[in-house]
Amino acid sequence: MSRGAVWKYGDDVNTDVIFPGRYTYQIMAPEEMARHALEDLDPAFAKGVKPGDVVVAGKNFGCGSSREQAAACLKAAGVQAVVAKSFARIYFRNAINLGLAVLQSEEAAGALDTGDAVDLDLARGEIRSAKGTFRFLPLPASVLGIIEAGGLIEYTKKRLEREQE
Amino acid sequence: MGRTLTEKVLGRKAGKDVRAGEVVSVSPDYVLSHDNSAAIIKEFRKLGVGRVRAPEKIVIVLDHIVPAADEKYAQNHKSIREFVAEQGIPNFFDINAGVCHQVLPEQGFALPGLVIVGSDSHTPSYGALGAFAAGIGRTETACVWATGEIWLRVPETMRIDLGGRFRAGVFAKDLSLKLIGDRGAEMANYKAVEFAGPAAGELDIGSRLTLANMSAEMGAKNGYFAPDEKAFEWLEGRARRPFAAVASDPDASYESVLACDLDTLEPQVACPHTVDNVKPVAAVAGKPVHQVLIGTCTNGRLEDLEAAARILRGRKVHPSVRVLVVPASWQVYREALASGALAALVEAGCVILNSGCGPCLGAHEGLLAAGEVCVSTSNRNFRGRMGHRDSEIYLVSPATAAATAATGKLTDPREFS
Ligand code: SF4
Repeated sequence: MSRGAVWKYGDDVNTDVIFPGRYTYQIMAPEEMARHALEDLDPAFAKGVKPGDVVVAGKNFGCGSSREQAAACLKAAGVQAVVAKSFARIYFRNAINLGLAVLQSEEAAGALDTGDAVDLDLARGEIRSAKGTFRFLPLPASVLGIIEAGGLIEYTKKRLEREQE
Repeated sequence: MGRTLTEKVLGRKAGKDVRAGEVVSVSPDYVLSHDNSAAIIKEFRKLGVGRVRAPEKIVIVLDHIVPAADEKYAQNHKSIREFVAEQGIPNFFDINAGVCHQVLPEQGFALPGLVIVGSDSHTPSYGALGAFAAGIGRTETACVWATGEIWLRVPETMRIDLGGRFRAGVFAKDLSLKLIGDRGAEMANYKAVEFAGPAAGELDIGSRLTLANMSAEMGAKNGYFAPDEKAFEWLEGRARRPFAAVASDPDASYESVLACDLDTLEPQVACPHTVDNVKPVAAVAGKPVHQVLIGTCTNGRLEDLEAAARILRGRKVHPSVRVLVVPASWQVYREALASGALAALVEAGCVILNSGCGPCLGAHEGLLAAGEVCVSTSNRNFRGRMGHRDSEIYLVSPATAAATAATGKLTDPREFS
């Protein structure tokens, strides 16, 4: 379980505003990617975000291109999860495979607002806040494992090492 | 409440009752890759394991640039052949097989109830026979090779009820374009698309493959037809293993249901540079054309070549167009030789290419120059896909492509019926 503050945005937050296209062909260190996170949507985000914070949004979060940096930059900025009404397909897969939790909950996405403090329990599938407790479909152990390991490659590597021991 | 076909297939694999929205970890029956296997092998090597988990579940089809167009592609093919030998992968198809999405159904890999993932965006094609089939990334493919497992989110399902009958000159391709044109290329983002209704059962397997293939252009994760007698008949003598019928329950829960009437459908064309920029062919007819492509995983099957041959038999290709024909597989190639369709097309002046993707992805065999217009039976008309960024691609059915080949201008095929 971990605690953080909410950053709230609307529907159809696309990959261009999450991580601007003008940087996609530059190879960047994670810290630098984090400095450009949500740059074209909310310039205050990159300066104010703290480890453990949660991005909350409406429907179709992450629509647009398949660029993986759009998930990587939020993770690098310390975001522990994105909670949205729905996700664009490729974003959802990219996020999990890069180790960023993505949680779908209509109610939580509707109720929570910028600045709200939330406790997130990924294993139980719960977000707790002063506004109530919201449930989402818990992620299965294997997917939690990918997120905890920091992404699919690391997860797979560790898993295979364990099996060989 | 009942379950959809997708919920059932993924639930059976996960060993529990699953619903849309849940994430499950499953072990796919087959994992497909093509020329991009060379890049996947590089990812696989990073994982630090010597051997793939289950060589018999890996299917590799060389189809994108076959035979190799330059040294780089030749090197890729070579490294794939070496990997196949090293790992003992039995299901390997070299440059004389065809497009993966035609080869897998024909060779009996695509079966009702199976879970198939592939590192190609048109993997949903296998839903035509009732499989759950979805596209995945290269890194993920490498991880499936290594572990035999993948996580999947169970998609919500959109059902499209088809009623009526195609009129002469109208085909499954026109239907797919009309659906995408009316509702946009995001119409089924992350969803499963179930093609149902009385007309779905009337469609032949080729038409079902075209629609399942085009579900990728609707944004769908998978697209499918419930397997029926027609599908079982088609699979006879092809299926590599036993399978069981599967269908959505009558009280399954759908995210949305829409109805589509085939009776009123006209030939359609997707204009540059997006698949959802769709108009009736009649509205764009007369547009001068430089190249026609008949083939690809969408429309390169025997039925498609025969629809083209019916129009071009005894005629000549218009002198202002170049017509490229790519049978989707060697099996299609041989059947079209035997049926006389290829002879008719050659006599008309078409150029026949080796089975594979051909010019579909703009890597070889007939690229477009600046300002040129191509009418194609493929599935994507993005800017620059088949050559210069200032060329144009119009997506149509094989009949419209053949009518266009005969006149040199975009032409409604009903003029030839
Ligand atoms: S024929 Fe075209 S769309 Fe189909 S797999 Fe090949 S490149 Fe992709």
